[in-house]
This record gives sequence, C-alpha cells and structure tokens, in this order.
Amino acid sequence: MRVLFKTDYNQDIKFAKHSGYIFWYGLLLAAVFTAPFALDTYWINELTRVLVYALGGLGLMVVTGFTGQVSLGHAAFMAIGAYTHAFLLSQGVPFLFSLPIAALTSGVVGLMIAIPASRMTGLYLTIASLAFAIVVEDVIIHWESVTGGNRGMLVDAPVLFGYEIFEAWEYYYIVLVLLIMSIALVLNILRSPLGRSMLAVRDSEISAESLGIRVARTKVLAFLISASLTGLAGGLFAHFIQFLSPETFGIILSIQLLLMVVVGGLGTVHGAVYGAFLIGFLEASISILKDVLPPAIGNQPGLEPGLFGLILVLFIIFEPEGVYGRWLKFRTFLENFPFYRRNTFKRQRSYLKTERMR
Amino acid sequence: MAEFFQLLIIGLSQGCVYGLIAMGFVMIYKATEMVNFAQGDIMMLGSFMAFTLIVSLGLNFWLSLLLAMILMAIFGFLVDAVVVRRIIGQPQFSIVILTISLGFIFRAAAGMIWGQAPLSLDTPFVGTSNFAGAVIGHDRLAIMGGTAILVALIFLFLRYSRWGIAMQAASQNQLAAFYVGIPVKLVYSGVWGLAAAISCVAGVLLAPITLIDPLNGFLGIKAFAAAVIGGFGSLPGALIGGLIIGIAEPFAAAYLPEVKNIIGYLIMFAVLMMRPEGLFATIYQKKV
Repeated sequence: MRVLFKTDYNQDIKFAKHSGYIFWYGLLLAAVFTAPFALDTYWINELTRVLVYALGGLGLMVVTGFTGQVSLGHAAFMAIGAYTHAFLLSQGVPFLFSLPIAALTSGVVGLMIAIPASRMTGLYLTIASLAFAIVVEDVIIHWESVTGGNRGMLVDAPVLFGYEIFEAWEYYYIVLVLLIMSIALVLNILRSPLGRSMLAVRDSEISAESLGIRVARTKVLAFLISASLTGLAGGLFAHFIQFLSPETFGIILSIQLLLMVVVGGLGTVHGAVYGAFLIGFLEASISILKDVLPPAIGNQPGLEPGLFGLILVLFIIFEPEGVYGRWLKFRTFLENFPFYRRNTFKRQRSYLKTERMR
Repeated sequence: MAEFFQLLIIGLSQGCVYGLIAMGFVMIYKATEMVNFAQGDIMMLGSFMAFTLIVSLGLNFWLSLLLAMILMAIFGFLVDAVVVRRIIGQPQFSIVILTISLGFIFRAAAGMIWGQAPLSLDTPFVGTSNFAGAVIGHDRLAIMGGTAILVALIFLFLRYSRWGIAMQAASQNQLAAFYVGIPVKLVYSGVWGLAAAISCVAGVLLAPITLIDPLNGFLGIKAFAAAVIGGFGSLPGALIGGLIIGIAEPFAAAYLPEVKNIIGYLIMFAVLMMRPEGLFATIYQKKV
C-alpha cells in the first residue's frame, strides 16, 4: 500500500499523483503509439473505431458523468459534426480547418438546446435532447442540397498539408493524437473551477447553488464542451465510415454512447475509454451471437438495442460505478489484502430525496 | 371549413392518445419523482396484449380490454416492485437510464414475441359519420369518448377514493405519508400499475388508426414533449399538451409538410424558450 506524503499544495491537482502513474501511463502511451507496427490493417481499423467511440464517449461523459445531466441525443451531435465536416471538405475547406469548425458548429447547436432546457430540472435537458435527436434526423433527411438526404453522402479522404491520408495506420495516428489532446483538455477542465462546479452540480444542485455556483451556466458550458467533443468525434467518424446516411446516427448510437459511459464507469475519464473498448468487444460478440441464436431471435432488428438495454439495466442496478469502479474496488482489495472487509463498499439504504419545492 | 373541421377531429383524436400516455408519465412522476421513459413502450405492450386476447384467443372486445388493462396493471406493478424500486434515492440519471433501457428491452421482447410486421386489431368502432361536411371515423370518436371517460374516472379516483388520496399524499411527501400509515411502497407500485393500465387503453384506442407495431413505443417521445408543454407534473397540463401536439400535426401535414414529423418538438422548444415552466406550471425552479 502506497502512502502519499504531501509536501506541496500543487500535488492535489497534479496529473501524475505518484511515480506509478508516470510508469504505467507511459507504458500505455508507448503501447498505443507502437501498435500499428504490430497489427494488421483489420485490427488497426478496429482500434481506430474504438478510439473514435472513446472520443464520443468522452464528450458524453462531460455532460452525463461529470455534470449529471443525461443526454439521449448525442448521436445528433455526432451527426452534425460528421455532416458539417463532410460538407466543408466537399466545398474545398482544408481538413485542418474543417474539423474544428465542425466541432464548434456542433457545440453551438448544443448551446441552443442547453440554454432553454437548463432553466428547469435536468429532466428537461434529457427530453429536449431526445427530441432534438429526432429533429436533427428529420433535418438531415429533408435538407438534401447539403446532406444528400436518404441517398447519403460520400466523405472525401482527409488531406493534410497536401498529403492524402490513405493508409489505415496514418488515420489511426490522427485519431489517437486528437483523442489524447481531448483527454488532456477534459482533465484540465476537471481541475479548473469549471470542472469543480460541474461535479458540484452533479452531486447536488441545491448545495452547488448555495456555494455560489451558477448552476444553469455550468450546465450550459458543460453541454457546449460535450457537444463540441462529440462533434469532433463525429467528424473523425465520417472519415472512418466514408459514407454518411441518416440512419447511421439514429437513437441506437445515442444508446451506445450512453452504454459506453455507464458500463465504463460514470464520472471518470477512464470510464469513457473502457466503455469504448467494451462496445467494440460487444459489437463483435453480438455478431457472433447472431449466428448462434435461432433465426427467429437472432435476426430481430431490435435484438441489439434490447441487449444494450439489458446490460444497462444490470449495470445501473448492480454496479452503477461501472467496470472502472469495479476495478477500483478490486484494487483496494489487493492493497489492503488481509484486512479487506466485505462491507467496505456496501451501498447504504437510500430514500427518495425530493428535488421539488412543492 | 369542412377541411378545417376534419383536420381538427384527426388532431384531437391523435392528441388524446398522446395526452393519455403523457398522463401516465406525469402520474408516475408526481407520485414517485421518477420519469418513466418506457411509458410509450408500455402502451405498445398493452396493445399487443389486447391483440393476443382478442385475435389469438378470440375473446369479446370489452372483456379483453378489461383483461388487458388488469394484466398491464400487474405488469406495471411488477416493473416497479422488482426493478425500479431498487434504485430509489439514487441520482436522477440512474432512473432515466434505467427506464429508457427498460423501454428498449420491452421493444426487443415485443418484436421477438409478436414479430416486426404491423398487426391490425378489429374494434367495434367501425364506420364513419358525416358532420358539417367532414367525415369522422367512429374509431376517432371512440378515442375522444374513451379519453373523456378515463380522465373523469382518474379525476374521481384521485379526488375521492382512499387510494387516490393516499397516492396524492405519497407524491407530496414520502416520509410524511409513511408516518401517517400509508404503505408507500405499495402505493408507488400501484401508481405504476395505474399508469400502465391507462397507457394500455391508449394503445388499444390507437390500434385501429396506426396498427400495432413494436416501434409504436416511440410515440412516447411525443408524449414527453406533451408533458413538457403542459408543465411537468400537471395532469390537465399533460392532456392539453397532448392535444396541442395532436392538433398541430395534421395541420402541419396539410399546410407545412416539411415539418410535419417534428412540429411537436418545435412547439416544445418554443415553450421552453418562452415559458420554461410550461403552460400549467406546478413545479418551479428551485430557489435557494
């Protein structure tokens, strides 16, 4: 068991709490940067997909995990990012400009939802985001001059400094670098006053307001950051799938993103990444499962969302901290080995806490 | 004028269905402070249940409707007693995620049991009447009449019956209701059962118009919008919000076809911008 001896106030907000962090995360970085040398194209593509999901999940984590507002419409922000990026590319805007513009567009649209919805309880944001996702899907279908409607839209290959990115491993590095930058951004936000207020709003809006935090403003900013990150993921996703159509960004993608943050571990950056890996794994296993099951069940279009729903229910009831939370508990068990007590993480009995004034 | 009247009737009947789902939703929210995002899917299950009783088992329509309501009430009761009750007191996002996932499970289960193809349900409400130049289907009249009767019954139940008053008490303050001897757990599950039974009626009334399909559960999203328009937590508000969306839809389809699918949500966003507490405000922004 490691005992941290604090000698400096800055220690509290340092990224690397002790040398173990530097060693293990350094090892992880080395592994992900050398991965393309060891893997073939298929696995590099799969890994890229997982990283894009992780970026989208990170976006949702900011609003759901850190601010406590459930968004059921994050697929719409991925759609906005993807379509804006693809449209700008087709108009000849360079990749380096088009991607940030796509992310910002998505963020600004997110603001338009969040500002009216944040004036009331968090439920309003959930319902508004759900409705918004449907509105966006409808707009994509009808705005044919830009989005191609139901016919879909081809995405041009990314061109960086006059060099066309064609190989899977080249694109992998672009996604990886952007993901690492986004994670660094989120970690930095988390240790800034804004991040602290987000956590306070999640834990109790009343006490946050009592401390002088502007609750509505915090929620709106969190939504802006979240929608921008998800829009960025959407832009990258567009290159990955190369062909955009409205049904790609349906409610099932929103549920997938939600599943990612819940199963990975709500309220942690690790959770988004773990969740993305689990979703990648789950997609592969579902396609295997479909072959095993009798066709009457296996060919159901509702099977995938149904399974996702089942997994979500089981996690929410039995392990709301997700896989990452389970790992932390296991680590505590190892660290305290002979002295671990079974009830350390026992959940207390809880009662309905009213958030209503009357 | 005849066209106007025709559209109005279509809208009113459609709106009644949204209103009924929204009322079930609001009832659960008022009593247990949980939002049941699976309400639309419970309606869908109710219509399938009625289909099984009427078509597969060949029972009388009215008897099946009653049986389906009872079965769905038991189902709603069990959903609360077995699953949802476990996370009382957890943060709100747990409940949102839990109920939306339940909706997806219900949808997948319905697809597996009854198949994906839309099914049609025969009801006694066939034929049309002419009124002021408009042709009115009896199924639409049945929706409006059924909704009116149901709303009156709910009102009387909540206002005068012992259980209704217990539900109101539990919705105002859980602990205080417990201290005066109300079996709060039972009441909560009862509310879920009641809401499921109401949705079941909505589903059966809707069946002749839209056919029965596992994807009907998505109508629930319009009901959430209706609840927001009416002011979350207000039963008359939910009904009126549903009517507003219902009436807006056929008129949009006739005069503004581009927005016919999303008009309800656009109205909801407009209400959120101008009067975020809804038309009949019963919950207010927290002031500290």
